[in-house]
Parts: sequence; structure tokens; C-alpha cells
Amino acid sequence: MAIFLFFLLAFLCVGSILAMIISRNQAHNALFLVLAFASLAGLFGLLDAPFIAAIQVIIYAGAIMVLFLFVIMMINLKEGIPAERKRWTVRLSIFLALLLFFQLALAIRGAVASFSRPSAEPASASLGSVTELGRLLFTDYLYPFEITSLLIIAALVGAMVLVKKKDGI
Amino acid sequence: MIPVSYFFILSLLLFALGVIAFFAKRDLITMFMAVEVMLNAANLSFIALAKATQLLHGQVVVFFIITVAAAEAAVGLAIILLLFRQKRTIKAEEFNQMKG
Repeated sequence: MAIFLFFLLAFLCVGSILAMIISRNQAHNALFLVLAFASLAGLFGLLDAPFIAAIQVIIYAGAIMVLFLFVIMMINLKEGIPAERKRWTVRLSIFLALLLFFQLALAIRGAVASFSRPSAEPASASLGSVTELGRLLFTDYLYPFEITSLLIIAALVGAMVLVKKKDGI
Repeated sequence: MIPVSYFFILSLLLFALGVIAFFAKRDLITMFMAVEVMLNAANLSFIALAKATQLLHGQVVVFFIITVAAAEAAVGLAIILLLFRQKRTIKAEEFNQMKG
């Protein structure tokens, strides 16, 4: 059952990103990306990470993609971007991606070997529980967690200052 | 029980697709979306590792990555909006000068 769910979500995810590459309409691209992120959230749920799955849906599919859609709405291009880019750019990008794919696959093959032996201890029930995650965030990762708030304030103020019109209001 | 390697291969595939989308697309917004795809591919492998090692630290890292992605999206989209106001287009080739 779990393996069936995995393949369903994986095909949904990869298919919607392929559709994003093929489609030329930015609004459709954003909606395809929402689908991809939602299926990724399902995969996170399969990996015993319910909290991360929830914030994936709320922050990525909810907040960030709505921000993208707002900007697409504000820009409101009348015509789509025609595909007159030189063909070699696409070929070069596919070559680069394949190169990266095999290089990372080699690296992963070594890493997987150390995890492939069956773990003796049973899966702990606390993995991915919000209690454990919160405890870790406020003990071991307290400073990074607090600095994150600074980062978000800086990003907010920076975005507002950047977009502000120069003449008065 | 799904083997961890399946998740790694999916993550690899997503990252490669993100690279292709970044270089093959011409508009700045879709290129920016491709960056988000690559970030999510990294998230997936972090969570798979958290599951494989039975340690929660991988999930904490993903939490921080999502936060940074949100901040990055806010600033990046503001910059794209500024570029659009300057040239009335978001084609990547139009922006080929340092001093506009």
C-alpha cells in the first residue's frame, strides 16, 4: 500500500514539474508547482514527518505560491513568452542536468550502502512528533531559530523598501 | 516499508528537472520557481535521511530551509517586480547590463 502511494505521489510530482517545463503560461506553471508541492507533502507524510508535511502545505503551497500568483497577477503579461530561444540552450541544460544527475547518483550510491542494512531497532514512535521537534528547536537549535526571526524581519522590510514607489506614496 | 534509495532517486530526479527548468525557461518568474523545485528536492533527501537514521535533526534542517525559502521568495519577487517596472518585460535576455 505504501509503495503504491509512493509511486502515485512520485509520478504526480515529476509529471507536474515536467508540465511546468513544457507549459508557457506563468499562472499555469504556478498551479503545477502547487500540485508538485502538495504531492511532496504526501511523500513527507510517508516518511513519518507529519509536521513538515503540514508546513509544506501551509507555507509552500499556501503562502509562497500565493505570493507568486499575486506577482504574476500584478505583472499581467498580455502575451505569453514565445519560445524563440536558441535550441542549444535547452540541449546544454539537459546535458548539464544529466551530468549533475550521474555525479550525485554516484555520491548517493555510496551513502545508501551504509543505510541498506536493516536497522535492528524498531522505528521509534516519537520520530516526527511535534513535541520532539519543538523540544529540539528550543534547545539544540535555539540560536538558529531566533536568528530566523531576524531574517524574516529583514526580508519583509527589504521587500517593502524595494517595491516602494520613489515619488511619494 | 519503502527503501530509502527510492526517495533519494526521486530527489535526484527532481533536482535535475529543476536544473533543466532553470536553464530552459526564459521568464524570470518560472526560473525562480525552478529554484524552489531544487530546494524541495534537497528537502526530500533531508527527510529521507532523517527517516533512515531515526534522528530528528534532518527535519529541523528542513524547517529552516522552508523559512529561508519564504524570505527568499519575498525578496526575489520584489526584485522581479522592480525589474518589470524598469523594462516592462520579464524575459531573462533583456537584462544583460549591470547598469540599467
